[in-house]
Amino acid sequence: MLVLVTYDVQTSTSGGAKRLRQVAKKCGEYGIRVQNSVFECVVDATQYKQLQLALEDIIDPERDSLRFYNLGNKYNSKVIHIGAKETIDVAAPLIF
Amino acid sequence: MKRLLNIVYVSQSDVYLALNGKNLVLLKEGEELGKIPILNLEGICTFGHQGASPALMATCMEQNISLTFFSSSGRFRGRLTGAINGNVTLRKKQYEVSMDELESAAIARHMIVGKIYNAEQNLKRTIRDHALRVNTERLTQVVERLKQARKLAFSITSLEELRGIEGNAASAYFSVFDECILQQKEDFYYKGRSRRPPLDRVNALLSLAYSLLASETAAALEGVGLDAYVGFLHRDRPGRTSLALDIMEELRPVIAERFVLKLINRKQIQASDFIVKENGAVLLKDDARRSFFKLWQEAKQEQVTHPYLKEKIQWGLVPHVQALLLARFLRGDLDAYPPFLIR
Repeated sequence: MLVLVTYDVQTSTSGGAKRLRQVAKKCGEYGIRVQNSVFECVVDATQYKQLQLALEDIIDPERDSLRFYNLGNKYNSKVIHIGAKETIDVAAPLIF
Repeated sequence: MKRLLNIVYVSQSDVYLALNGKNLVLLKEGEELGKIPILNLEGICTFGHQGASPALMATCMEQNISLTFFSSSGRFRGRLTGAINGNVTLRKKQYEVSMDELESAAIARHMIVGKIYNAEQNLKRTIRDHALRVNTERLTQVVERLKQARKLAFSITSLEELRGIEGNAASAYFSVFDECILQQKEDFYYKGRSRRPPLDRVNALLSLAYSLLASETAAALEGVGLDAYVGFLHRDRPGRTSLALDIMEELRPVIAERFVLKLINRKQIQASDFIVKENGAVLLKDDARRSFFKLWQEAKQEQVTHPYLKEKIQWGLVPHVQALLLARFLRGDLDAYPPFLIR
């Protein structure tokens, strides 16, 4: 399934910058960065749960927020990209 | 059911593979070509003289991602595998069977029957779909010969005889393989198998398809805990994944050969996509090889109903399912190994 992960991490307070870095890094392990705080992750149910739990551990629930959008298995028709920053589709043929 | 993950093909010879966090990073002259999360990958196939970082290799071994090295012409060089996992009892049973001529033949028989049957189906399909354009009479004759060979193979108990039948069936089948090429006939013809190096375009395509299929099948076998190097029909030889070649027998006609025919008949590949070396070797150009991989990956996503499981799966999972069925047979959960028989 494709899961869209977006986050807001407050960097003005102490430790914010570190949390932001950690969240971005963790998301990067599971998916591809498509915009600044937006990741697209092609994962199975277990990996999805793992990602959720790992991110929950990092953030400060008082200040930061996370949103997960599950786009299911047939996600190709659900995503439209316009403009710059073409990204890699991890389910399409990967040839370099 | 296992999920079919993606395989990265690296066809440019100046790409370095590295690890960054849990991502595969492809670097070309220091520039990042791409970054892919490891968890989406099933394997990495590299062609040419690229390098890979030891950290990436370690991760591949840990996560059971096969890292396969091919020469730039597509010849298999080797595969990186980690500590073999899976069940030691299963592997012991596999070795036991492999050393017993009779038991080996009993399994190999099913694979050969599968191979001949699938070859028959390929020809029958050509007859059915293109009756007016092909030499139906000749094809029907070969189908008949294959049918007899298949029936004969059922009763064989020695590997030597089995190889004989297999050889005869293969030469009958390939004697009309050229008939199945319907388009671009001046450029694509089959006059006999040549390899190392392939001497015509069809052989070049077949070689590449077989190489890919062999490495994918070997990875599938190791995925269920079998030893890909110990075969039943193919005897042991250092560095040869004999069991993968065994299982491949039945998959060749329906996966590799059909794929190659489709490429030619749909004109997805053309004569201008090849280069001829001084020694007569025919090779695919870089661009064409890339589109070959792309179409190969896409073909793997297509669905097929598995004849034994009666379940819809992706083509790319067929080697995995066959590996699983073989493991089940060796464990004693099945009475016989059910080969993949295309409908």
